[in-house]
Amino acid sequence: MSYILLRHRDIPNIKDIEVYAKHGGFESLKKVVTSMQSQQVVDEVKASGLRGRGGAGFPTGVKWSFLPNNIWPHYVVCNADESEPGTFKDREIMENNPFQFLEGVAIACYGVGAAEGYVYLRGEFKQLQVFLDECILQMHAAGLLGDNLFGSSYSLKIKTHLGAGAYICGEETALLESIEGKRGQPRVRPPFPAVVGLYGKPTVINNVETLTNLPQIIEKGAGWYKGLGTDKSAGVKIFSLSGNINNPGNYELPLGTTFRELIFNYGGGIPNGHKLRAIMPAGASSSIIRIDDSTFDKVMDTKMDYENVQSVGSLLGSASVIIIDDTHSMDWVIDKTVHFFKHESCGKCTPCRDGNYWMLHIVERIHAGHGTNADLLLLKNVANQVNGKCLCALGDFSTMAVTSALERFPEDFAAICPDASAGVHSTLKA
Amino acid sequence: MSLAKNIPNPLREKYPEEVQAIFDKYPVKRSAVMPLLYLAQREGGYITKEGMADIASMLDLDVTQVASIVGFYTLYHDEKAGKYRMQVCNDLPCALRGADQFLESLCQNLGIQVGETTPDGLVTLEAVTCLAACDKAPMFQLQEGDKLTYYENMSVDRTLELVTALKAIGPQGTYGGEAK
Ligand SMILES: Cc1cc2nc3c(=O)[nH]c(=O)nc-3n(C[C@H](O)[C@H](O)[C@H](O)COP(=O)(O)O)c2cc1C
Ligand code: SF4
Ligand code: FES
Repeated sequence: MSYILLRHRDIPNIKDIEVYAKHGGFESLKKVVTSMQSQQVVDEVKASGLRGRGGAGFPTGVKWSFLPNNIWPHYVVCNADESEPGTFKDREIMENNPFQFLEGVAIACYGVGAAEGYVYLRGEFKQLQVFLDECILQMHAAGLLGDNLFGSSYSLKIKTHLGAGAYICGEETALLESIEGKRGQPRVRPPFPAVVGLYGKPTVINNVETLTNLPQIIEKGAGWYKGLGTDKSAGVKIFSLSGNINNPGNYELPLGTTFRELIFNYGGGIPNGHKLRAIMPAGASSSIIRIDDSTFDKVMDTKMDYENVQSVGSLLGSASVIIIDDTHSMDWVIDKTVHFFKHESCGKCTPCRDGNYWMLHIVERIHAGHGTNADLLLLKNVANQVNGKCLCALGDFSTMAVTSALERFPEDFAAICPDASAGVHSTLKA
Repeated sequence: MSLAKNIPNPLREKYPEEVQAIFDKYPVKRSAVMPLLYLAQREGGYITKEGMADIASMLDLDVTQVASIVGFYTLYHDEKAGKYRMQVCNDLPCALRGADQFLESLCQNLGIQVGETTPDGLVTLEAVTCLAACDKAPMFQLQEGDKLTYYENMSVDRTLELVTALKAIGPQGTYGGEAK
């Protein structure tokens, strides 16, 4: 099958505007602007079954339809913050297939009646910002952005905004704060951005990969896209594969591809003769899936889509699949994840700010070999006090690896906490 | 706010076109703060108190509001460090591919700890979280003023060669090199 998103792998020079145009580029934008009503675009995207690729999997067309028709202007903001550990797909798209991405932003703008679209890039993508700004200028010069597109009354501008290093700015309301020139701290909801978003106006926020699907959906039709993937998880997804794997990288595959296919067919298996021990399918925010002889086949045959990953105790999220082999212990893994979340907590709400501070202290103590059974219980307790009690999902994310590691890998902790007997598992569950 | 109003605007004098373009870009003035901070950091690699006051006065903000933004985002700095910040990712996916050992070895070879600067004031070594390049570990980014360059699939040897090249350029020149 030819690529839908990573089309530079089929057409190497697609980042050249003329090459992109020659391969059907901008035809979809022209089609929507010259022959479709906004509502028809929304209906088409709804019918395609496209769901958000930023993590939550919310149906894209449905999200667009929440914007009120009596408050203007509307904005489209593209989330190109890409900071979840293990995620590196949006960067590959934007660096190599920039015009399909920008055409997607433009189609979304038309669909919700926005005259301005913003692309929010993480600060580390500074060079990418320069590159995208050049691409945007080329589109202006070719009459694909600017006033009265294709002779219609529709005018559109796209702007890039550079962050400055903060994972939390991937959270959509923190991202809006950041564009507005503030610290990137999440807003209390309601009101939701669909009603009160950027500069107080109705705003749609979508991930880079989500939007890059749009030109092909318009070109080939909702039915075609719906036919890919599974019933409830339509289309293709880019899986970012990292960690202890022979061929790390991005893999564009239909949703519903199994873990076995991704890890062993495409990823080439685990290097150096080691065994697969754990998978984090949604980056550092994942519950850790345990692999051993008794669970191997069940997990390997699980379809990676928005429904089925739950059946093995985790979530698909942004599909940043981190592979961990049997040379690593889970106290080390959660030492890494808690370090990350402690560093990235924005500090606005107490459970997350203080909870991560304490989780880090306890995990460091355990990892250094100075922990006791009481520390394990305390760690579990603190994680429970954070989960579900925070202003945004980062707080919940920070507990996923911790709680699942303690529950599913008790032997790793028993091994380094002297008084945690073989009964650690049941003690923890009590 | 009033205090900030009285000082001149060196940023506007220094980069008139760029400052104007930033102001023209956004419908609300305050949105200019992040790009202006990058501009203020271009030359010295960090933002001085005066620089913050300058930006505050342009945007009708308090200096403390600007300072809180500098403090919040990791790519803004309010203290002088090495001319180049070498920021090695040792987050989980990179660490699974040996990033901790890579960082450790750099420390040994450069004779500094993480967070320290080489005695010639050129390179500050830092550990950072995921940079969206996990399949190309070990990797780091080099921050120089408002420039950032990725170095991926790196070895210790090639990194030390880069450091040698930076030393050859010396404190005055600018590297801004191509990623390797
Ligand atoms: C802490 C946190 C970090 C997030 N980081 C990102 C990110 O880097 N990129 C992204 O697209 N979505 C991220 N999200 C999800 C966004 O809030 C939002 O749901 C998404 O951009 C919506 O786009 P979609 O519907 O197209 O997926 C993050 C959410 C949270 C809570
Ligand atoms: S949960 Fe954490 S990141 Fe989210 S608002 Fe609270 S402190 Fe900030
Ligand atoms: S973990 Fe290092 S780049 Fe992602």
